[in-house]
Amino acid sequence: MALITAPHFEAADAFYEALIDAHRDLSAAQSHELNAKLVLLLANHVGEHAALNDALAAARASVLHAGVKPKESL
Amino acid sequence: MDFQQIVFPYRRSADHDARAPLRHPVVVVGAGPVGLSLAIDLALQQVPVVLLDNDDRLSTGSRAICFAKRTLEIFDRLGLGQRVVDKGVSWSTGRVYLRDAPIFSFDLQPETTHERPAFINIQQYYVEGFLAKRAMELPLIELRWKHAVVGVTQEADAVTLQVQTPDGTFALQAEHVIACDGARSSVRQLIGQEAKGRTFKDRFLIADVKMAADFPAERWFWFDPPFHPGQSVLLHKQPDGVWRIDFQLGWDADPEAEKQPERILPRVRALLAHSAMKDAPFELEWASVYSFSCERMERFRHGRVLFAGDAAHRVSPFGARGANSGVQDAENLAWKLAAVMQRRAPDALLDSYCAERELAADENIGHSTRATDFITPKSDVSRLFRDATLQLARDHPFARSLVNSGRLSTASTLHGSPLSTPDRDAFGGALGPGAPALDAPLRRDGRDGWLLRELGTGAFTALLFAGADDESDAHALQQAASGVAPLQVLRVAHDGDGRSAGLRTVVDSSGLIAQRYDGQPGTVVLLRPDQHVCARWRRVSGDAAHAALRRALALH
Repeated sequence: MALITAPHFEAADAFYEALIDAHRDLSAAQSHELNAKLVLLLANHVGEHAALNDALAAARASVLHAGVKPKESL
Repeated sequence: MDFQQIVFPYRRSADHDARAPLRHPVVVVGAGPVGLSLAIDLALQQVPVVLLDNDDRLSTGSRAICFAKRTLEIFDRLGLGQRVVDKGVSWSTGRVYLRDAPIFSFDLQPETTHERPAFINIQQYYVEGFLAKRAMELPLIELRWKHAVVGVTQEADAVTLQVQTPDGTFALQAEHVIACDGARSSVRQLIGQEAKGRTFKDRFLIADVKMAADFPAERWFWFDPPFHPGQSVLLHKQPDGVWRIDFQLGWDADPEAEKQPERILPRVRALLAHSAMKDAPFELEWASVYSFSCERMERFRHGRVLFAGDAAHRVSPFGARGANSGVQDAENLAWKLAAVMQRRAPDALLDSYCAERELAADENIGHSTRATDFITPKSDVSRLFRDATLQLARDHPFARSLVNSGRLSTASTLHGSPLSTPDRDAFGGALGPGAPALDAPLRRDGRDGWLLRELGTGAFTALLFAGADDESDAHALQQAASGVAPLQVLRVAHDGDGRSAGLRTVVDSSGLIAQRYDGQPGTVVLLRPDQHVCARWRRVSGDAAHAALRRALALH
């Protein structure tokens, strides 16, 4: 896999805080817009096509499978 | 001369009164840009052609409008390139606007060292008219107007066509039928085939407007302009003071109502009001409302019937890949059909037409689909990313590479072609096997000229970069081609290199031929009759050239 999924942040907690902070006071629509722009900015920074494809696949798999709990437990 | 008023005469043909159907080598169906180009190319290679068209007029309105460099180069070879370029409006710059602000521009041909521009704009009826005139100069072409194909039957050795004319219906036979009869191809329907793909849920108004406007000869594309909010608009300059404007309307627009002048005029006025030409007078020449499909036939060959142009594949117009890819189909097929008809190549060579042009169609459909998805986002999230891309593009150069208002037609590289000989030697540059030849300036006999003009019709060309053994290399190449294919050896020399007795020599005055083809002393680049590279060597041997030529003719 070309995508780095092992910890790679210089400052993980600080990034997370900044991410949430960036959405402060935004409507849901504005937050969607921010996320879309963030994806595009970061995708260009990564550049490598294989890594981007891995990221898209990992994110989609997480939406479709790993994140879903069995219905009974909801 | 008003090309829109030309009516071609119907003539009763000899086939009509024949007791048994007459047999012709090739019948081409459809006298549009593709069918006419194919007929001319075949006639120039000594193949007689009957060209049938169900109408007696040229196309109505600007239609295809953008003719690409590669198409112009093909027209040069067919003998009408200059006429088309002289009439057309040359351009290479595109500008993209978001609302009323320019976000970026692109230059499709920053180099000036090519004879032809990236594009010209010209009404399709002019191109068809020039092609028809050229076809009428060639005695091997019989152009028959008001001849509609209404029946197709395939036998082992021929195809029988039922043809309807004002004098009634008659039958004729052909060894090969080439259907160039457009997106609603009757030949395709008559053999029970269809083109499959996607239709986009959007409608576009296309208007030809005559006005004394002073916009530059550039392609202007607006996303969400203030004069047509929420949609896109495309503006192109054409000859005769005519401007082509494409307004995106959305899927819910009523195509009949939108075609009416009372709906169209306010849209044009709104565009002008946003320019320096507020209140400029204009008149509407032609308008149409379209929805777009990207689709293709699964196979372009069905026995002795082959398909080219829109009959075989269809794209949305963003990228100008319809007529331009169709003319490339015609060029790909013409030399192969000539070689097969003249018994110089096996029938399998025609299968390579399908292999190569089906892939090219996929590439064109891919580009056209991506552009249409960007211009017409089909989901909320697709629109979210589209709008995000456009907004980022104002400030960040990277996002401009994602903005897709159409990726404009270039000649297809024939990747993985069965006719190409893979490289054994080390080469740099993009012109590997399958690539279309690139033009470059040169001098021959003391006169300035262009490389592509030196390549003939129907023959292979070996570019031989001048080295130590030019004469023996050229001899080996000619021996290799002997009895296989017509071959022209073109020696590419530097300014200081001497003449070489008996060798056709051009001088690479700017060094660009060597640069573009990665030519070193002794390098040989073998070009097919359709000007695609099929093999190249640092040092050529007669055996290698012989094998490459046979391979390029499917003579395995």
